[in-house]
Amino acid sequence: MTGVNGADVAWMLVATAMVLLMTPALGLFYGGMVRAKNALNTLMMSVVAVGFVGVAWALLGYTLAFAPGNALLGGLSRAGLAGVGLEAQGTIPHLLFMAYQGTFAVITAALISGAIVERMRFGPYLAFLTLWSLVVYAPLAHWVWGGGWLGALGALDYAGGTVVHVNAGAAARVAALLLRPRKDFARQAILPHNLPMTLIGTGLLWFGWFGFNAGSALGATAAAALAFTNTLLAPAAGLVVWSLLDLRRTGRVTAAGAATGIVVGLVAITPAAGLVGPLGALAVGALGVVPSYYALLWRARTRIDDSLDVVAAHGLGGLTGALLTGVLAQKSWNGVADGLLFGNPRQLVVQAVAVLAAALFSAAGTVVVLRVVALVAPLRVAAREEGLGLDVSQHGEEAYARDEGAILVLPDAGTARPAPAPALVTEGSRA
Amino acid sequence: MKLVVAIVRTERLSDVLEALFRAEVRGLSLSRVQGHGGETERVETYRGTTVKMELSEKVRLEIGVSDHFVEPTVAAILGAARTGEVGDGKIFVLPVEKVYRIRTGEEDQAAVTPVEPVAAEV
Repeated sequence: MTGVNGADVAWMLVATAMVLLMTPALGLFYGGMVRAKNALNTLMMSVVAVGFVGVAWALLGYTLAFAPGNALLGGLSRAGLAGVGLEAQGTIPHLLFMAYQGTFAVITAALISGAIVERMRFGPYLAFLTLWSLVVYAPLAHWVWGGGWLGALGALDYAGGTVVHVNAGAAARVAALLLRPRKDFARQAILPHNLPMTLIGTGLLWFGWFGFNAGSALGATAAAALAFTNTLLAPAAGLVVWSLLDLRRTGRVTAAGAATGIVVGLVAITPAAGLVGPLGALAVGALGVVPSYYALLWRARTRIDDSLDVVAAHGLGGLTGALLTGVLAQKSWNGVADGLLFGNPRQLVVQAVAVLAAALFSAAGTVVVLRVVALVAPLRVAAREEGLGLDVSQHGEEAYARDEGAILVLPDAGTARPAPAPALVTEGSRA
Repeated sequence: MKLVVAIVRTERLSDVLEALFRAEVRGLSLSRVQGHGGETERVETYRGTTVKMELSEKVRLEIGVSDHFVEPTVAAILGAARTGEVGDGKIFVLPVEKVYRIRTGEEDQAAVTPVEPVAAEV
C-alpha cells in the first residue's frame, strides 16, 4: 500500500492491543476497591465496554468522530466502516487507525462506571454505556481530534486528557448525582475488599498507557519515544509526591494511595505526553497529583457518592494535566507549540476553554442519556438486591463462590435432588 | 443469666450491631456461618453448569446477658434484623448454668455486667 510504513504499522498494532488491555485492567483496579459481594459486577462494568462500545464504535461512533463533517460533528460517510480500508491514513492503514481510536472510546466509557458501582442495574448500564459512547464521546473526540472546533482553536490534547479524562470525570459527576448514593454510603464503613487486585490493575494500566500515550504519535517515531518516556516519568513523580503527602498526613504510605498516585500521574501526563520535555513530565506528574489528593480527602467528607473518585482522579487530574500542558509545552521538543513558560500565554487560555467546553458538554450529554434510559427502565437495583450484592442479583454468580450447599441442576432430572453420590467413584469416571 | 444466640442476615449485621449498641448491650461474639432456613434457593450459572445455592451466608451472634437484659437485647435484634422475607433468621434464648469472667474470676451476675469502658490506650 502506498504511504503505509511497516515500522509504524508494527508499533500501532502493538499499541492498539496495549490500550485494549487497559479496560480489563481498569476492571481490576476498580474491582479491588469495592466490597466482595460486588466484585464481579464492578469488573463486568469495564469488561462489557469492550463489546458494546466496540461494536457501536465500528457501526456509528467512528464516523461521528472522524468522518469529514462540520465543526461540531463528523458526517455519516464512514457509517458501518464504509470506505475504511487498508489505504493509508497518515502512515498506517485507515482500518488500524479506526481500531486504535476505538480502544479509546471503550476505556473512556468504562471509566465512568467507577462513580456508580454497587447500585446500578446491569441492563440499563449497558444501554447507558453504548448510547453515551455515541452521544457524548464521539462528538467530543471530533471536536478535538476529528477536525472540530477545539482542534481548530489550537487546543493541545496529545492523548486524551480532555477527550478521555475530563470527559469521563464530568460524566461521572453527573452519573453519581442522578444515581444517588448507595444505601450504606456515609452510614457504614465501605472498604476495599482486595487491594492486591487494585495494584495488579494499576500495573496493567500503566503498561497499557504506554500504548495510549506513545501510540498517539500514530507511528514509530521520535515523538513516540518522547511520549513513552514521559509516561514513565510523570507517574513515577506522581507516586513519589502522593506517598510523601500520605506520609505527612497519616505517617504511613498506603497501597491504595500508591495505586491512586500512579493513575493520577498517568492521567495528568496524558494531554502533555508528546508535548513537554522529560523534566516537564516530572513536573506534570508531581504537581498534577496535588489537587486530586486533596479533592479525594474533601469528597470523602461530603454526601457525594462518586464511589471510586472518578471526578477527583480523572476529571481533576485531566484538568490539571491539560492546564499544565498549556504552561509547560515546549516547541523545541514537540515542534508544534510553546506554553506559558516558553512565552505563549495564549495556549493556557485555549487549554482552559477546551477543558471547560468538554466538561460542560459531557455533563449535559450525560444527563440526557441517563434520563432517556431512565424513561425505559429504572436505573437502581432494589434495596434488598443492593444488600445482597450485585454479583448474585445482577449476574447470578459470585466472585468468591463456595461449593458447599451448591446442588447441581441436571438438565434431565429437572430440579430434583440428585441421588446421594455413590460410595466409590473411580478416578476419571466422570466426564 | 441467659445466652442469647441470634442468627441474622449478613447484610443486616451493621444495623443489628448499631441497635444493640443503642440498647447498651456490650460484649458479644459473632461468627460467620452458613445455613438454610427455608428461604428461596438462589440459582447461579457458571458456563454450562447451573446450581442451586442451598446454603446462605449468615452471622451468628452470641450474647451473654443478665435476666433483665434479655428483653431489650431480643427487641433490638428483632427490630434491626427483620426484612419481612423468609431467611431473616432466629433468636434462641438459652439458660446459662455458670459464667466466669476470665480476667477477674468474677462469677455469674457480676461476670455478665459490663464494666465501665476504659479509655482506650493510644
